[in-house]
Amino acid sequence: MPELTGHCCLPAPMQKQDNPSTTAPYLRIERLKKQFGSFWALKDISLEVFPGEFVCFLGPSGCGKTTLLRAIAGLDIQTSGRIFQADKEISDLPASQRDFGIVFQSYALFPNLTVADNVGYGLVSRRMPKVEIATRVADLLRLVGLPDSGPKYPAQLSGGMQQRVALARALALSPGLLLLDEPLSALDARVRAYLRQEIRHLHKRLGVTTIMVTHDQEEALTMADRIVVMNHGVIEQVGTPMEIYREPASAFVADFIGKTNLLSGIVVKPGLVRYGAMNLSCDIDIRPGPGSEVTLAIRPEDVVVRNVDADAENTFAVRVAEMEFLGSFCRVGLSIDGGKPALLADFSINTMRDLSISEGMDMLVGLPAERIRVFPGAPQSL
Amino acid sequence: MAPTKRRLDRDDWLMRGGICLMIGWLGLTLILPLWWLLSKSFQNNQGDFVGLANYIEYFSTPALFVSVWNSLFIAFLSTAIVLPLAFVYAYALQRSCMRWKGLFQGLALIPILAPSLLPAISLIYLFGNQGFLKEWMFGVEIYGPIGIVISQVFYCFPHALMILLAALSMADSRLYEAADALGASKTRVFFTVTLPGAKYGLISAGFVIFTLVMTDFGIAKVIGGRFNVLATDIFKQVIGQQNFEMGAVVGFVLLIPAVVAFLADRIIQGRQVALLSARAVPLVPRPAAGRDNGLFIFCAVVGFLIFVLLSMAVWASFVSRWPYNLSLTLKNYNFGDFGSNGWDAYFNSVEMAAWTAVIGTAIIFVGAYLLEKTRSFGAARGIAQFMAMLPMAVPGLVLGLAYIFFFNAKGNPFGFIYATMAILVVNSLTHFYTVSHLTATTALKQLDHEFEAVSASLKVSLLRTMTRVSVPVCLPAVLDISIYLFVNAMTTVSAVIFLYSTETKLAAVTIINMDESGFTAAAAAMAVAIVATSATVKIAHLLITRRLERRTQAWRQR
Repeated sequence: MPELTGHCCLPAPMQKQDNPSTTAPYLRIERLKKQFGSFWALKDISLEVFPGEFVCFLGPSGCGKTTLLRAIAGLDIQTSGRIFQADKEISDLPASQRDFGIVFQSYALFPNLTVADNVGYGLVSRRMPKVEIATRVADLLRLVGLPDSGPKYPAQLSGGMQQRVALARALALSPGLLLLDEPLSALDARVRAYLRQEIRHLHKRLGVTTIMVTHDQEEALTMADRIVVMNHGVIEQVGTPMEIYREPASAFVADFIGKTNLLSGIVVKPGLVRYGAMNLSCDIDIRPGPGSEVTLAIRPEDVVVRNVDADAENTFAVRVAEMEFLGSFCRVGLSIDGGKPALLADFSINTMRDLSISEGMDMLVGLPAERIRVFPGAPQSL
Repeated sequence: MAPTKRRLDRDDWLMRGGICLMIGWLGLTLILPLWWLLSKSFQNNQGDFVGLANYIEYFSTPALFVSVWNSLFIAFLSTAIVLPLAFVYAYALQRSCMRWKGLFQGLALIPILAPSLLPAISLIYLFGNQGFLKEWMFGVEIYGPIGIVISQVFYCFPHALMILLAALSMADSRLYEAADALGASKTRVFFTVTLPGAKYGLISAGFVIFTLVMTDFGIAKVIGGRFNVLATDIFKQVIGQQNFEMGAVVGFVLLIPAVVAFLADRIIQGRQVALLSARAVPLVPRPAAGRDNGLFIFCAVVGFLIFVLLSMAVWASFVSRWPYNLSLTLKNYNFGDFGSNGWDAYFNSVEMAAWTAVIGTAIIFVGAYLLEKTRSFGAARGIAQFMAMLPMAVPGLVLGLAYIFFFNAKGNPFGFIYATMAILVVNSLTHFYTVSHLTATTALKQLDHEFEAVSASLKVSLLRTMTRVSVPVCLPAVLDISIYLFVNAMTTVSAVIFLYSTETKLAAVTIINMDESGFTAAAAAMAVAIVATSATVKIAHLLITRRLERRTQAWRQR
């Protein structure tokens, strides 16, 4: 953090731990529940966030991610359960007595105050000398890349710039926890991609523990150290972006993050599942016993079409039923028994060209056993 | 596991305390007086409980009961006339390309600045016993239902027009393009797109007119002749016969249609769904010679009639001795010569209106802020919200009557404000509470809902955020509220007719007194003085708002 070195007011960058499990969590949530009328928005949520971490709450709308964030902030208190921040219980504290900075989707900038006054809004109440406030505000504006916007009003800035002002304002009091509530959702795609990087850099530089709520999987995958995938008020999975993508813990996660084929199967014996007329072997131990219904998940890009040996396991004949051109690759709908497409496969343009794949063509595909994941229960339309 | 209860911070205590104060205030200035009125209607003049005896007497005395039918008749007729007139007028202003729209709009809205008595006085000059167009009446008296209905139409027209202008202001041009593309005729488009879009505005305007007419006192008093309506009956019972109990009964009878209209409107408006999505493309009217000319002629005729009624009062106020000596003079403005307190009444009115505007705006805006921003505390907020909506359903005359009973009651510790300027101010601001409250609430709802969350995270008190952000951003609405309160307090008769004392006599009340004593020209002069004052304040308001908008446009743009 070059230009801010030696400035007392910004938090010192915290060393992120490679192995979080050995450090004490900065934020600990225990059995949190939230009820709205007869609807449970949060059902028994427990979670730990470690110092300096960037955590994303990811899920479809109504999954409870914003409710959880607002409970952490004390804006909408939970029905029951406990929250600890920096080893202090904050479960029943009002927002004004908690230590956090927050950025909303709507920016919530005060329209009648200049950018500088917005950023310095919390500082003025601290009875800081004017000069100090001015330097601090200038530092913060430089930090978010808007050094000259101080005298302007929010309405004179673009959406992306306004969101950076909101970020500077949230950081002004050097909070121990930064909360971002869908901060990028109101912006257009290019600004969003750019700000994604900016926030990431800012986080690296300041090391402030950050929680971001988003419904955009791409955002979560690119920005987060860890992702908390939520659905219907429960946590489906917590893990690094790679873990979440490669080893989804449930059919919901597999389907929500990226594109996945969900196939209905019956367990034949450990390591073998019957799908339609075929037996597919899977590397993973299958929990339910033989005869029980399971869901098989395989990503389209894991379907193999080059060098497939007809005698190898998990290999079968398909017909190309439909093709969707998506730029760098083609998404191909494959039908197994000549009917509707049952399986989606992503083939690179190279593959398409080399094998001259076209609609109506018959070919062999393979489903690598180590890429198939198996979840108990029949697939549900999600 | 034990449920978590949030600890309250200083802001919570302040806001909750504020809401309790608001409930206390409205309880004292609205609920308790109404309760007193209700209980009075079940008592005899000794104060003993007599059950429904007063009501039975009322409904079995045809002379009293006939007023109910008279009032309903007048109200229905006036509504039936005003609604189509105002709708076409509003349609012409919003959806046509006719000329002089600004002029027509300004002209039609002027009557809102006048006391309801003004058109009645003008009509007397035109068609009264000495009116110069008396022959046009073919021997029918203007004093009575005809005069009342014409005056009410004039008085209610701008109120209905404002609602319909708003209802017709926004339209999605895509709907019209779709209808065109499907080959619908102009008539069909009007009945399937335009009219449904304005439906809720029409219903609302209908209820507003109906309630205004039902509860207006001044017009019937001045031009009603021997035609009794509920509003004049209350006055006769209370002031004429000192029969307070029967006055209370009539007051409650008058309360019923107002409350019914209010509730019906709330229920119907609650069903309204936003017809305009954020994606709507605003409709820009295109010229159509036939339609535009037709509407222009219509507006010209209506505008001319409004102009005639307005200018008649102005002219009459300057005429020496109607109809014998038409030379112009200022002596009618020498109010001291007409047995009243001279200009004192006028300055009392200005003082009362100014106090109402200042105190009322502060109380009402802060109240709306508390209701909008307080977290949880649901039950108390619900009660306060109900109390804030209630004044809309209470006719001024009923509220005034309730005030006499309540503040005049033996042992009431607040009795000291009786017959002072304070009771007039409190009464007026309570009477006009709801519309101001709704204006404030609408403005506050447009603020970002997370301002308070941000303030809390920055450890800034809500009080500071309110003064630093919410009030400045809502300043146009704050000004609107204060002007609304000022103009209404200036022109109201019904709310204060029972409450003035000799020292605090008001301009609008002296109009009635001078008219009763036969000084019609002086009455007209006082009405003109009120209109001029309201208009001046209104113009000042427009100028200030425009300057404010220019000064703050840096942060208001987009």
